[in-house]
Amino acid sequence: MAVGKSVTRKDAAAKVTGRARYTDDLPMPGMRWACYVRSPIAHGRVVRIDTTAARRLAGVEAVFTFEDVPDRPFATAGHPYALNPDHADVADRRLLTGHVRYQGDEVAVVVARDRLTAEAAAARVAVDYEELPVVVTAEAALAEGAPALHPGGNRVNTLRFEAGGKVDEVLERADAVVESRYRTPIVQHCHLENHIAYAYMDDMAHIVVVTSTQIPHIVRRIVAEALELPLSRVKVIKPYIGGGFGNKQDVILEPMVAFLTLQLGGVPVKIDLSREECFTSTRTRHATVMRGRAAAGRDGSLAALDVEIFSNTGAYASHGHAIMGASCTKSCNLYPRTAVRFAATTHYANVPAAGAMRAYGSPQVIFGIECLVEEAARAVGMDPVAFRIRNVARRGDVNPLDGHELLTCGLVECLEEGRRRIDWDARRRACRNQDGDVRRGLGVACFSYGTGTYPSCVEIAGARLILNQDGTVHLQVGATEIGQGADTAFSQMVSETLGLDCDDVHVVSSQDTDVSPFDTGAYASRQTYMVAPAVRQAAEALKGKILAHAALMTGQAAANLDLRGGRIVFAGTPEEALLSLSDLALDAYYHKQRGAQLTAEASCKTMTNPASFGCTFVDLEVDIPLCRVTIREIFNVHDSGVIINPLMAEGQVHGGLAMAIGWALYEEMLIDEQNGRIYNGNLLDYKMPTFMDIPDLGCAFVQTREPTGGYGNKSLGEPPIITPAPAIRNAVWDATGVKVDEIPMTPKVLYRYFSGAGLL
Amino acid sequence: MRKTVSCTINGRAYTLSVDVRQSLLDMLRELGLTSVKEGCGVGECGACTVLVNGRAIDSCIYLAVWAHGKTIRTAEGEAADGRMSAVQQAYVDAGAVQCGFCTPGLIMTSTAFVERHRGRKVSRQEIRRAHAGNLCRCTGYETIIRAVEKCLGRQAEMPSDDGD
Repeated sequence: MAVGKSVTRKDAAAKVTGRARYTDDLPMPGMRWACYVRSPIAHGRVVRIDTTAARRLAGVEAVFTFEDVPDRPFATAGHPYALNPDHADVADRRLLTGHVRYQGDEVAVVVARDRLTAEAAAARVAVDYEELPVVVTAEAALAEGAPALHPGGNRVNTLRFEAGGKVDEVLERADAVVESRYRTPIVQHCHLENHIAYAYMDDMAHIVVVTSTQIPHIVRRIVAEALELPLSRVKVIKPYIGGGFGNKQDVILEPMVAFLTLQLGGVPVKIDLSREECFTSTRTRHATVMRGRAAAGRDGSLAALDVEIFSNTGAYASHGHAIMGASCTKSCNLYPRTAVRFAATTHYANVPAAGAMRAYGSPQVIFGIECLVEEAARAVGMDPVAFRIRNVARRGDVNPLDGHELLTCGLVECLEEGRRRIDWDARRRACRNQDGDVRRGLGVACFSYGTGTYPSCVEIAGARLILNQDGTVHLQVGATEIGQGADTAFSQMVSETLGLDCDDVHVVSSQDTDVSPFDTGAYASRQTYMVAPAVRQAAEALKGKILAHAALMTGQAAANLDLRGGRIVFAGTPEEALLSLSDLALDAYYHKQRGAQLTAEASCKTMTNPASFGCTFVDLEVDIPLCRVTIREIFNVHDSGVIINPLMAEGQVHGGLAMAIGWALYEEMLIDEQNGRIYNGNLLDYKMPTFMDIPDLGCAFVQTREPTGGYGNKSLGEPPIITPAPAIRNAVWDATGVKVDEIPMTPKVLYRYFSGAGLL
Repeated sequence: MRKTVSCTINGRAYTLSVDVRQSLLDMLRELGLTSVKEGCGVGECGACTVLVNGRAIDSCIYLAVWAHGKTIRTAEGEAADGRMSAVQQAYVDAGAVQCGFCTPGLIMTSTAFVERHRGRKVSRQEIRRAHAGNLCRCTGYETIIRAVEKCLGRQAEMPSDDGD
């Protein structure tokens, strides 16, 4: 039984030895380099562009400006195609633009024989701009008379819904109502491999794009849309990828490299963004401003949550139009017996485009909610853990918005486990009445999240299994390994269902859209759940074919046979081998009269989307004069259903925790509110946490068995990032008595709050 | 301008003609040693870490010509005779590998650290400080620290002095 075991990652050896090949490790003879000419200002129009000097440079092969590219807007969000045109993504991008909307926007592109020449030529493109007024914040972008970034104005959309009761009436009657405003920053994914892609043509018609992406099949469609080509003329290959976190759930370089090779007679053309370009000109996490109210009863009930949120999607929509809808609705599973109301507005502004980033808006929305819930608990004099246990989802609860029953929910158990593990009551008592410079506090926060995107989007996954001549199998999936360990989890599922050791299940880690089964890719923590039914069906079908062939070879009835540990056995006496799978495979391939290559394939749609749950507990110290937070202990407890691979699951939790600690305490892209200038678009000035900044990390799981999932599992990749920030904020409040309503809680921010509260 | 550089890379002697402007990173990648990754090109991320005479350095900001007369090690050379090094195996066993892009550089930083501290007790804080030049966005560093602890025979029963 392979599911539930910490089997070794399929790609671990390839990665520790450096043999794993990423996009930049796949050279091609004659590879050309392309380099963008970027806008130095945040908002303006090109009034003159002169490429003469760039073209004169030896080694330059072509220069294209915004006037030379198709005037066809396309959408870049990595979503499945929507049959309903009302659900289509926002098509607001062109390959290049003469209307620059953020510092770094792309007005031209240079192709040269090497990188240095391309960069030097790009610097020689002379561009004059007519500067336009800049809007950076929600307030400025949505103000009357604000300069419009796009023809429809700066409001991308506003989503409103109310569920579980009439919020106004509840607020009016409530024993206590609390209200606050919260702010979260723009942050960057900081995957270690920057965006990179190259393209070439291998005949007169077909374009091959090799790219560091989470979503090869979607890239194929969007490249075809952007260049107005039939989809089958584009082939996308995804090698190993050095992290994505949502930033590669977007189509950023691929249409351009495809366009360039098409223009240049099929020669290979590469774009390899610098770290600085990756900061400004890929995607970020949306900054948000939230106004929230919560109502609580003296009986400990959380009666209502009323949330108004503004989400800054920057210069282009990317995923912006979908993120608030996804995150607000996913949060409705958290307190399903509470009346909730959401009003979420997404707007453009002259800052880098925000897109998908780990947990897709939920960290922002849950930050506000869990700050409000903390306040509500205090308002009615309740312990924050007890208040949450009283109000959070339980199995059998019905989501007030969509009416779905929660078939599994271990959130109360998660909170109880966290409370026990951190010794909550005793440590809280120890934190009372502190008056020194360094004060200690405890904090908690909890979340709900989804598993995939249904019913907003189609959920489809495919798997193909091939029995090799040596009795091992190869598994092909369209789902992508991006570091999270998906390939290994899939191999465990095959092993479990087929009856073969994990080591005998080889996974084709690279995707090639001409060959790989269709799947929409790595996002929404969907893959382990969505691929499970396809893998299971394919494995069951292959097993049926293997046993049928065994029956031919042995003269036994297939129904009496089974496959265990790579051997054909009698179902009744599995310890006795009848035939090895390798002998069977050779016979199937090469016997002159019977058999065939034994393969099985399945493509499955999934129409369920179970909620996963969890919480963070943190124990920290605040040095008030230094305005510095030191985490003493932090861990998450998750209900993600059955844990397929505990060691890899723990790795997902650690990674999410660390990324969230960065968001809570250190990270922010600093952008000038007057002119849109980006101050810290590099890894030196932008504070991504190093080894020194991250404390020991812990995690625990409360395992439920999700009945809708192929192997009982639910989402885990993104959720660990959702709750550490509000837990840390609540612990800072516990330690100091000061309610900090914005992140990152840098010394500069804490100084302002502590001074305001009279602590300094 | 080009210069001739003689050096030892992963145990083999090389004499190479290099552009004087070239980084050690580019020189090694051109030799096919693609474990050496470029994550920033300016010494911020550590993905290009290699050992030069046993010291971990960022090869993106180390000129190829400086490698003359030096001994260089990359992640490729750490696996010999079909076996991974103790550090590589510890990373695999600890679950310290995710996307893998930072991994070869970190393997080299850990290798230098483990060789320097063999037989000594080290604290988690010492491990952190010595690895602070290598960024990783996937693991939160926790399992990497565990892998290094395992290499130095320091098991979980020893109390962490983190935060001291």
